[in-house]
Parts: sequence; structure tokens; C-alpha cells
Amino acid sequence: MNRTYEVMFIVRPDVEEAEIDKLVEGFSANVKQSGGEVKSVEKMGRRRLAYAVKKFNDGFYMLLNVAAEGGVIAELERRLRVSEQVIKFITVRMDEEEKRLEKVKALRATKVKRSATPAPVAAVEEAPAAEAAEVEAPAEATA
Amino acid sequence: MAEETGSTGAAEQSGGSTASSGGGSSASSSGGSSSGGYRPRPAGGPGGSRGPRPGGGPGGPGGGPGGPGGRKFFRRKKVCKFCTEKIDAISYRDVRLLQGFVAERGKIVPRRLTGVCTTHQRKLGQAIKQSRNIALLPFAARF
Repeated sequence: MNRTYEVMFIVRPDVEEAEIDKLVEGFSANVKQSGGEVKSVEKMGRRRLAYAVKKFNDGFYMLLNVAAEGGVIAELERRLRVSEQVIKFITVRMDEEEKRLEKVKALRATKVKRSATPAPVAAVEEAPAAEAAEVEAPAEATA
Repeated sequence: MAEETGSTGAAEQSGGSTASSGGGSSASSSGGSSSGGYRPRPAGGPGGSRGPRPGGGPGGPGGGPGGPGGRKFFRRKKVCKFCTEKIDAISYRDVRLLQGFVAERGKIVPRRLTGVCTTHQRKLGQAIKQSRNIALLPFAARF
């Protein structure tokens, strides 16, 4: 049961890029060891902070997409808290959100199929009828 | 409807005042007739009709469910931006989008002014609070 998380953290601006890379490597290694998976690492660059954090006015934003269990994330958060270069972090759980988005996309795909046939007005309104269209769609796919 | 509750309320009230609690619960007619000559009108009856109406003046002639922010005249119905543009995911990361819903001092704008629907307003609030935590948006701006 792997959950997906998005971890965004801010690194102090007076830290070299190489050091940031080393830091991220350390985190990824730790996650991998505990059985998680780092899906992506994104450097969002240096940005001005909306308010002063630990007396810094700008910071280097990093985004990590991690698929792991809760315990792994707790450990990662602990490391982020302890690390001196990281001044702020936030973890957001993304698997429920992703599931919901997929459902919405699937629903939209079936609606679009229905609106390809005549009577486009009906397709816009009928959300419950989209489920009936779902029954049709697999039949069409198999045929 | 008010009269029924008024009469039973009067019976109970008069029962309490004359300290004959038994008279109020059983055989309400006998309890009512003994002390019901003057019919003390409890605050429940007309107070109920007086109570929830003070907002009725400015809200009435507006007539729009999403529209007037306390004005007397008709405002064109504002539609939810997310519903029309079919934006599903409101992430804390897209600051440009969120800034459109935040006032100059950093406060979240109420939905009667922006026209956002309830579900999206809630998600928007969550996203704004998350982005405030990660210093992408300020908590309080322009001191």
C-alpha cells in the first residue's frame, strides 16, 4: 500500500548547488533503503520568500515526489527538520487527489464520446447517464 | 404554525410560573384553562418571526444567488471560474492562480465577491493556506 506524497522544501540561499544535490541524494538514498521510491526531483529555483524565514528573504525551492509508506515519510520529515540547510518544508499527500483526478478524467472521456454522437446538449447535462455510457464504451472497445 | 407552538408554549410557560408542572404535561386543556385566561405570550412566538429577518432588506431585491455583496441592485450572476474552465486540481504551487483570489493585504477573498462555488472555495482556501505555510504567499502583507 504505497501512498504518494509531494514534499516541498526550501533550502537556504547561501548553499551551493552541489551541496543541495548532495542533500537530495542523501534523502533519496534513505527513502530507497526504507522501501520507498522517489518519483521525481524538481528544482524550482531561487525565489523570493513572501516573508522572512530564519532571517532569509529568498530561498531555493525543491520539490520531491515520493511514493512510500507513512513511516518512511515520517523519517524523511525528521531529517528535513534536523538538517540545517532546510529552512521550511511541507508534505502533502497526493494519492487520494490523483485518484479523484483520474476519475474525473475518465468521466470526461466518456462524456466526450457521447457528445461525438448527435444531441450534444444531452451529453453536457447528464452526469448519471455517463455511467450508462461507460457500459456502452467497453462494449464498443471490445467490438 | 406559530399559533400551535405558541399555545403549547403558553401552557408550559404558565405551568412553570404557577409551579404546577403536572398540569402542563397531562391534559393540557385543564392546565390551560385554569391559568390561561390572560395567555402570556412567550418570546418564542413573535420573537421567532422577528428574529431571522434583519438581513432580508438588502438581500431581497438583489434576487441573485451569487451576486450582490450588500448592494440593492442586480449584479450580473458571477460564475465559478473553476467550474467553467474545468480546472480540477487547485495546487498550492500555482501562485499566479491563487493570487487572483487573495486581497491586497493577503486575506482570502470571500466567495460572494469572486463567485466561486462552495467546493472550489474550500479547496482554494486549503491551497492558499498551504502556500502560505511554504512562504509562497504571505500571511499578512503590506504592513
